[in-house]
Amino acid sequence: MTDIQVGTEIPRLELAPISRYTLALYAGASGDHNPIHIDSDFARNSGMPDVFAHGMLSMAYLGRMLTNWQPQSRLRRFSTRFAAITHLQDVITCSGKVVELVEKDGEKLASCEIQAVKANGERTLVGEAVVAI
Amino acid sequence: MLDRNKIGHEFDPFTVEVERGRLRFFAKAIGEINSIYAEQSAARKVGYSDIPAPPTFLMALDLGGPDMPPVLKLLDMDIGRILHGSQEFEYFGDICAGDTITVTSKIVDMFDKKGGALEFVVCENSYTNQDGELQAKARQTLVYRNLQEK
Repeated sequence: MTDIQVGTEIPRLELAPISRYTLALYAGASGDHNPIHIDSDFARNSGMPDVFAHGMLSMAYLGRMLTNWQPQSRLRRFSTRFAAITHLQDVITCSGKVVELVEKDGEKLASCEIQAVKANGERTLVGEAVVAI
Repeated sequence: MLDRNKIGHEFDPFTVEVERGRLRFFAKAIGEINSIYAEQSAARKVGYSDIPAPPTFLMALDLGGPDMPPVLKLLDMDIGRILHGSQEFEYFGDICAGDTITVTSKIVDMFDKKGGALEFVVCENSYTNQDGELQAKARQTLVYRNLQEK
């Protein structure tokens, strides 16, 4: 994959608006049954306006973007900071770009900045991925 | 204030079977449409033994233990006050349907910000398969909201 250079953009992934259905499915599939993501009464009692998305759901979306771009077997590191809460009906877009090419243990690696952003421009996840090239 | 004496605490390791149906359900939940994450034949064509676990499925393995995140019980945390601060994964090999993964977890740091309004708990986990191969590591920071006590 010699066409990967500093500045190469990872093809974006645009998601459908976050719904209660999405959160219910993710709760079941991930095993994260924290009621704050699926039970509005519990969320309000915990001081939140309503249920909100699991941070790991958006990280999974970033993961889809990465494995759409490069085979998963090339992924070496993947990290994110959860910068803002993703609410119901938010529309998330995942994007990223190569910021550095390095060599480690004889392997060429591309270090990428990645992010998940709401339609209003607010960044919800900010992170880094390292893939072998 | 959470009990800082628990820094260094190692939870009992546990093993989790990686089930094909569960991986398909996870792929559906995250909207993954690449057939290697749903069909064994497609996964085999690209060199996997079976359907691979997507990159963030490791967190689902954490939750496959006997207690819902064991850190909650140990530190007596109220689940409604927890937020996820950050998550890091490092990959050394594949995890596929049919694997049996041993998960270890340790509290490596605890600290607070904003005068104690927010507390942070950092855990490091490891994922080793049935052949004794370390396939991945993770580092997770949980944020605990103490605002209600003010």
